[in-house]
Amino acid sequence: MNATPDAVNGAHAAGDPLVIAGRTFSSRLIMGTGGAPSLAGLEAALVASGTELTTVALRRVHTGTEGSVWDLLERNGIRALPNTAGCFTASEAVLTAKLGREACETDWVKLEVVADDVSLLPDPIELVSAARTLVDDGFTVLPYTNDDPILARKLADVGCAAIMPLGAPIGTGLGVLNPRNIAAIVAESEVPVVLDAGIGTASDAAQAMELGCDAVLLATAVTRAADPVRMARAMRHAVIAGREAFHAGRIPRREEALASSPTDGRANLDLAM
Amino acid sequence: MTVSIIVNGDEVAFDRRPSVEDVVARALADVDGASGGRGIAVAVNSDVVPRSSWATTPVDTGDRVEILAATQGG
Repeated sequence: MNATPDAVNGAHAAGDPLVIAGRTFSSRLIMGTGGAPSLAGLEAALVASGTELTTVALRRVHTGTEGSVWDLLERNGIRALPNTAGCFTASEAVLTAKLGREACETDWVKLEVVADDVSLLPDPIELVSAARTLVDDGFTVLPYTNDDPILARKLADVGCAAIMPLGAPIGTGLGVLNPRNIAAIVAESEVPVVLDAGIGTASDAAQAMELGCDAVLLATAVTRAADPVRMARAMRHAVIAGREAFHAGRIPRREEALASSPTDGRANLDLAM
Repeated sequence: MTVSIIVNGDEVAFDRRPSVEDVVARALADVDGASGGRGIAVAVNSDVVPRSSWATTPVDTGDRVEILAATQGG
């Protein structure tokens, strides 16, 4: 098919844009940039995904850097969303967020405060503390959080602009492990819910959207796929399909079969005799 | 008298007290694709120094300067 990414996103977005903190996005797929073996490959995948918002990390500059991810995002009109990956305490995360604000010229931050570097699970106490501090400092805070409806409520209460629960631990590709909790978070939340982490393939992204999530954030499912560009395209379509299905309203699950063809007027074709 | 600054964990010697801008210029001289300092942020002793203050913020012996760039991640 010949549709451009804009046409695909646009067909879906007409009248149904993603709005976070007053900013409108026609794509509901937020991408990460981690795990890509080359910047050229990353760029092709990001373009194919149709994303308009993409996370970056803050790391020490060093020699031998291959080009700049910053330039890559800018020339493709993709907004950079700095993260606080690698932070274990609220104070580290707050300082990293401030550095991200300076480097990327944005007060948006994907807030990550993990408890340890094995599970990479969010530390709820430090997370809420950092979120409160950053909101008070004028940041637009998008916290990576557990799939815990009560924690999601606390994060919204301190003024986060979106809630980003994990589907499964970072990098596992296990999909949405607790769909009931994700649905519960969606049902209660007055701010957008972004399914963040754990996506393995397109059906996972579609499921998250069918559950009512407003967007999906993923990185390694694309960057470490055998064909990242093709997987990026699959994710773009999956997010659109899932959103459409969510709005369309699925049929109720039934215990027994229900014929879809009329039962009246069948021919008498008893040929067994 | 040399001034020794800790830049991203490594000791770097300057002939006289540099500004943050001097330290950044030295550090980025060897970096490909550094975009002339765009996408870069600096902290001195764990305090962020805004770009607008780089030229006027002096750094002294023993100060720890972190120079970070937006990079792939997340």
